[in-house]
Amino acid sequence: MEPSEGKGSTEGVQKPTPASATRPEPVEVSKEETVAEKPAKTAEVKTEKAQPTPRPKRKPSDIDVEKKVENTKEDMPVVEKITVGHVHLSGCTGCLVSFADNYEGLFKILDDYADLVYALTLVDVRHIPEMDVALVEGSVCLQDKSSVEEIKEAREKAKIVVALGGCAAYGNITRFCRGGQWNQPQMESYVPINELIDVDLYIPGCAPTPQQIRNVCIMAYLLLKGTDEQKELAGAYLKPLMDLAQRGDEACGCDLMYDVINQGLCMGCGSCAAACPVRAVSMEYGKPNIDRDLCIKCGACYAQCPRSFFNFDVMNEFEGISELIKGVME
Amino acid sequence: MVLGNYKSVVAARSTDNEILKGAQDGGIVTQLFAYALEEGIIDGAIVAGPSDEPWKPEPVIATSKAELLAARGTRYTLSPNISLLKEATRSYGLDRIGIVGTPCQMQAVRKAQLYPIGMRDVPDKIALAIGIFCMENFPYQGLEAMVEDHCNVKLESVKKLDIGKGKFWAYTERGAVAQIPLKVTHKYEQPGCHVCLDYVSNLADVSTGSVGAPDGWSTVFVRTNAGEDAWSKAIGAGCFETKPIEEVKPGLDLVKKLATDKITKNQKTLEARATFGVGKGLRNPYI
Repeated sequence: MEPSEGKGSTEGVQKPTPASATRPEPVEVSKEETVAEKPAKTAEVKTEKAQPTPRPKRKPSDIDVEKKVENTKEDMPVVEKITVGHVHLSGCTGCLVSFADNYEGLFKILDDYADLVYALTLVDVRHIPEMDVALVEGSVCLQDKSSVEEIKEAREKAKIVVALGGCAAYGNITRFCRGGQWNQPQMESYVPINELIDVDLYIPGCAPTPQQIRNVCIMAYLLLKGTDEQKELAGAYLKPLMDLAQRGDEACGCDLMYDVINQGLCMGCGSCAAACPVRAVSMEYGKPNIDRDLCIKCGACYAQCPRSFFNFDVMNEFEGISELIKGVME
Repeated sequence: MVLGNYKSVVAARSTDNEILKGAQDGGIVTQLFAYALEEGIIDGAIVAGPSDEPWKPEPVIATSKAELLAARGTRYTLSPNISLLKEATRSYGLDRIGIVGTPCQMQAVRKAQLYPIGMRDVPDKIALAIGIFCMENFPYQGLEAMVEDHCNVKLESVKKLDIGKGKFWAYTERGAVAQIPLKVTHKYEQPGCHVCLDYVSNLADVSTGSVGAPDGWSTVFVRTNAGEDAWSKAIGAGCFETKPIEEVKPGLDLVKKLATDKITKNQKTLEARATFGVGKGLRNPYI
């Protein structure tokens, strides 16, 4: 990585207000601001890096893209983007890949709703900047000083901290680590981020699904930048996921026993069996049977269960909300 | 609101005698799926198919009319149809899924669409969700006790099971009819049904059940754009004969009464659960 390029982009992003808020005419955009915009256009960033030649001040395509964004914004109900970062702790990058698996939807989100200001693999920024939403992937290794510092910093710099995926939320398979792995055998203690910082929202699952991440991004955008009506809808939508963050940081297929069947709530729909990523849940005579040796503790089965939470005010509007999501992604 | 949002409601039955022969009432689900399959509205449907044990349903993904026919009729025991929802998009490769289920299963479908926590790529692939009316359901062993111990009929020889006119009925292959008062069946109900606040599958695209319509007919609510699209095309193709619900007996009032009864009763259960212990309650999934 060119030192000059890294420096340039860091400076660009460290500006607390992203350039998108009050953007000058496209032709007047300075070099730094262009870079700050760039994270949205992953492909172009890569193309530039691949070129050893001096960086062109501006390619014609850049100007076109910026014009297009300006035009799109005319049609948007609200004008400002939110800033989102991806904080990578002890996870497998599967959560980030899942986010990227929205394909063109990812570009739509980055074009119109969220600036990606931090992500190890996608954004050339070394230190956690101020941001609206931090999507944290992975659990925290207590013996890894930088991880511990990073999660604390994420809490300070982000308005909303999201535990993205089973590891950040519940520990997931890192719960089974006992150390002794090369080349850091002393790293043996992995905890969900909730044990070190307050977490605002959980997206369970291994991997969390592209559609669930998409929905949370859209709803977070509406919550922070939408009209009063949109804020109300987004608040109602996000509440159960925020409640999950308050519920605790231990998950297991056993939750289906403790919090559903033992509570007299199971009606045998089969959602848990469909949600389980490792087929640890089978339906025997209409009720879930959990193979605890297979369970990786991702929390998907319980969160998917209609009897873990079911908010009628949101669910009754399923047709409108589905159309809303489809609409904003077009 | 006990009947949910709907665009239209009619009494209807299939015009296909083959479907009606083994249907519970008007053959609505089988007929609508058969039509949707033929027209490409769905690529396959998750239905309660037969299994190794008599009257024990096994969720299956039907991709032909023959498989749909094998799943006709109500089983009165649990068929975890949602368990195949993700699998249908995977090993079966369905892009447009049809699914039938009870009101709680329709709730599960909508939760899978709005909160697809473990339902990767499922939300956009639900093409037609048909809900059935449901007062409560029974575990398989409960059904077994009702049929074999109370009705004194072998499950293997039962041709049809039905609930109606305040009774639970078992009809055998050789023509014997056994019936017990519904009161006797209550203790076999699965507990999870007692917190359910939906009788007529408010969240389905199309919901249907016998209540409100004459014998051999079904009441059909058309609720969503997707439901209306499929239903109107099927009507246009002559799949169903219909009667205005106002002109049939016992009509919509009975549906409304039973829905209100169920929801009122279960609201009370929820309230009782809140103070179940001493200063402690049981969990309420709706708050």
